[in-house]
Formats: sequence, structure tokens, C-alpha cells
Amino acid sequence: MQSNLVTDDKQKNKLEKAFEILKTMASKPSGLIGLTIVLFHVVLALISPYIAPYDYKAISPNTMLLAPSAEHWFGTDSLGRDVFTRTILGGRTALTVTFFGSLIALLWGGLLGIFCGLVGGKIDDVVMRVVDAFLSIPWILAMLLIVSLLGTSTEVLIPALGFFYGKGIVRVARAATHDVIAKDFIVSARARGHSNMSIIWNEIIPNVRDAILVEGAMRWSWMLLGFSSLSFLGFGVSPPTPDWGLMISNARGLMSFAYWSVIAPIVGLSSLIIGINLTADAFAKALGIDRSTKAPV
Amino acid sequence: MLLLILKRIGLGLITLFIVSLITFVGVEVLPGDACTTYLEREAYGAALDACIKRLGLDVPAYERYLDWASNVMRGDFGYSLSGEMPINEVLGPRVKNSLVLASVSILIGIPLAIVLGIITALWRDKLPDIMISTITIFSMTIPEFISATLLILIVAIWLGWLPGIVIIPSDATFYELLSNIILPVVAISMIMTAHMARMVRSSVIQVMASDYVQMAILKGVPYWKMVFRHVLPNALLPAINVVALTIAWLLGGVVVTEVVFNYPGLGRLVIESISNRDLPVVQALAIILASIYVGINLIADLMTLMLNPRLKSLQIRK
Repeated sequence: MQSNLVTDDKQKNKLEKAFEILKTMASKPSGLIGLTIVLFHVVLALISPYIAPYDYKAISPNTMLLAPSAEHWFGTDSLGRDVFTRTILGGRTALTVTFFGSLIALLWGGLLGIFCGLVGGKIDDVVMRVVDAFLSIPWILAMLLIVSLLGTSTEVLIPALGFFYGKGIVRVARAATHDVIAKDFIVSARARGHSNMSIIWNEIIPNVRDAILVEGAMRWSWMLLGFSSLSFLGFGVSPPTPDWGLMISNARGLMSFAYWSVIAPIVGLSSLIIGINLTADAFAKALGIDRSTKAPV
Repeated sequence: MLLLILKRIGLGLITLFIVSLITFVGVEVLPGDACTTYLEREAYGAALDACIKRLGLDVPAYERYLDWASNVMRGDFGYSLSGEMPINEVLGPRVKNSLVLASVSILIGIPLAIVLGIITALWRDKLPDIMISTITIFSMTIPEFISATLLILIVAIWLGWLPGIVIIPSDATFYELLSNIILPVVAISMIMTAHMARMVRSSVIQVMASDYVQMAILKGVPYWKMVFRHVLPNALLPAINVVALTIAWLLGGVVVTEVVFNYPGLGRLVIESISNRDLPVVQALAIILASIYVGINLIADLMTLMLNPRLKSLQIRK
């Protein structure tokens, strides 16, 4: 009974804290705009299959390259598919892939970073060398290699993106762990005889969580950029999946007379990336972490 | 000091060694070796054996790696599969074209970024800052292929001022390049400038809040003298490293931009060679791009060392 009360209290405190952070984020116009855009895209991604007016893969020679009208709000593309339908469905692909990708990146990057920071010594040296080496291969080359090795399905893209965007998190988590590990409460936890696992779980993770989460939020927008660039180059999801990068690349050749089919996905992708960026910035500021002097590695 | 420089160079070389291992192993585990890719459906019997012999695929992997690595160190990347010509000949003009594109973008981007960064920092939260910062956030967050596509749509198609697509062979002369290069340069330097301007801005703001600047203000040093004597040297120094990392990071963006504009540089070669599964070329590109990255970072480290008197006396820097 007693312990139940305590955990309930803790739970409530956590919720309250999250709410506080959200409130701080929304108190500035840029944070509010960012949150609104992200929320809009998430809601749209959830309901888009139910509100899409047409079939996203229905090809029809009669409706090729129609200008925007009451029937086709954003016009049609070169295969006669409705651009509005494909644009609102495109957000689903982008959000699903990058959300799970970021989750994987956070998990393995964060845990490996904490481990390296805690263990130190030779293992740490070797791991960081390998991470540095991976960082020095341009992301695009690495991603292209993986994709041409394993194919272009979302089951491949999600772990591949997660892996490649996680290596930067290793660095951040390691640095944050280094800051924490010299503190008194770790020393006293060791003196009390706590195991390494318990120290990681109870002492280190709560203290490095903020830094890692902020990094993860930033990575999310870079991953979206990377993912859509891959699709644009023809190495991302395969057609006829509705995807913004793919739509832009397909419509680009015809944009001198059918600009609508390139404008709609551009607006969708740009607004989502800007929204995530503003949100991540506001999130960092609300947690008191300054990222503005860091390079985008 | 010398020890420090040597240590940096050593670390860079170790990084390159690991990169070469990673790409070699990566290419090694690709399904199908160079021969099955090259011969496609005729990959059986005598033809396959002959090809394996010719490319030396019958020796163990570690021997091939050593062989390849020693050739690379002598500057010989071997033969490309699709073109059947030495990779060096394939790479030469591409490297030159990309260098022209990158250096023009950097020459425009860095000074512009410094000026914009200083303006936004000195007029912090005032109108110039709000306007410039909004523009930089937009141009740095939007993917390269979108800004490049929009540039083509607006400048080339709607306004008709410039050609939208580069149609020059990869061995074009320098002057032919320059006239075709304007839109790609704008696309690349837009993003680069935005990233760097933001870093310069926060660096200047940090220095402006420091004790010695407050001291200078209280001492009555004229504003602009204070800015140029006390703030800028201290603010731009830490920015060098970050600028280097940004340039290296943008290598990926350059690939995309080159594809959008059909520019015959290294970036388009990356896409072409991966589409064609031209593995020797992919390996060569990985090493070259990683060397550029390591090299830029090394130069930045050394520059920071040279310019910072406090670090000269230090033996080891974390």
C-alpha cells in the first residue's frame, strides 16, 4: 500500500514534469509553431487512410497531369494519380520510418555511449575509434551501400537509418556519462555496493536522459532529411508507395508545365522537417541544453 | 606541440584504415562478387572462372585487401568494371569538377556566413536578427534536393534567367564550368552559409557575455573597436572546428545537389557506380570521401592549434 502510493506519486510527478516541459516549449512562438506543425502531421498521418478521396495507386490515362480543380485539389501526376491523396499519405511513410528509426538510434546509441563512458579504458578507445571511422564515411555513401546490399524495403531502411544516425548519439551519451560519473552520488552508490547495472539504471540514465533525448529529437529531423533524400535518389521506398521524396523525383522532369505535382510534396516535407526542427530546438531550450554551437554530425 | 600534431595525424590515419576495412568488408559481403555482377547471366563455367582469375578473386580475402591497400597507397585504385578503364582516369575530371563546385561555394559561403553571423549576434532579437535567423532556419532545414528543385522551378523555368540543368561533359574546361555552375553553387552555399552563420552567431553572443568584454565596455572602449579587437578573434576561433565538420557533413548534400543539377562531379559518380554495382569505384570513392573528411578536420584542428596561444603550451588536448 505504502509503496503503491509512492509510485503513484512518482508517476504523477513525471506526468506533471512532462506537462511543464510542454508548457515551456509552447510559451515561445517558434516552439508553439513547431509543436502545432508536428501535431498536425501526426494527426493527418493517423487519419489519412480514412479521408483520402482516391486510391493512391489507381493509374488512369484519362486523368493525366490535370491542373488543380474541385475534384483533384492538388491536380494529378503523370500517371493520373491524385496528388492530394498521395501527399497526405506520404506523411505516414515518412513519420513511421523515421520514428522507429530514431527509436532504434536512441536505444543502441544511448546504451553503447553510457557503457563506453562507464567502462572507459581500452574498450572505450577502440569503440570510439570505430565510431569516428563510421562518422567519416559520408552518410549518403554508407546508406547507399547498405540499401544496395539489403534491398529497399522499410524493414531494411528502419534499422539501417537507426544504425547510422545512432553513432552520433554514442558520442553525446558518452560525454554526458563522463560528466555524471565523477559526481559524488555515483561514488557513494559504489560504496553502498550497488552493482554496475543498478548504477546505470538508477543513477546514470536519469541524469543523461535529457541530453540523449534532445540529441534524438535533432536526429529525427536529420533522419527525415536522409530518408527523403534516399527516396529522391531512387534508393528509398519503392514505387508505388506514396512518399514525398519519390513524388518530387518523379514529378521533377515535368514541372515546367505541371508544377502542382511537385509543389504539394515539397510543402509537405518542408513543413514537417521545419516543424520537427523547431520542436527539437524548443525541447532543448526547455531542458536547458544549448545545441546551437554544435556541428551537425 | 609537434607531438600533438603528430598524434592528430596518426589518429586520422587510423580512422582511414578502419574506413578502408569497413568498405572492403562491406563490399565483400555484398551478394555476388564483382564477376557475377559483371557477367550477369553468363556467370557460369569457363567465363566465370576466367573472370575470377583475371580479377584475382581466387586468392583469400585478406591477401586481396593487403594488395588493394598497398595499391591505393601508391595512388592506384585499380580498374572500374563498367567502363573497363583505370579508376584514376574516371575519377580525375570528376574530382576537378567537384573541387570547382565546392571551392566556389566555400569562397562565397564562409565570408557571407561570418558577416551574417556577426550581424545577427550584434543585433540580437532585433529586426535584422529575426529576419536573417528565420531565413537561415528555413534554408538549413529544407533538404538540398527541395531547395535545388525550387531554384530550378523559379529561376530557370518561371523566370528563365539561367539554364536549369547542367549539360556539359565531365571533361569540360574551367570556363565552361563557371557559366553552368551558378545555380548549384547557390543551392550548396545557401545551406552551408545558414549552418555556419548560426554557429558564428552563438559564438559571438557567448563571447559578448564574457567578463573581459564587460570589462572592455566598462573601461570605455569604443563599441566597434571592442567588437573587432576583443570579440571577433575570440569568437571566430572555436567556430573553425565546427565549420570544418559542417563542410564535411555537407559532402552528402553535394551528392544530392549534383544529381539534381546533373552536374558531372564525384557525387553523381557515387550514384552511378552504386546503381551499376561498380564495386571498385565505390571502394575508391569511399576512401576518397573519407580522406576529404579526415583531411578537413585535421586542417581545422591544426589551425585552431596555431591560432590559439593557450593550446600551444598544452601537450595533450582531450
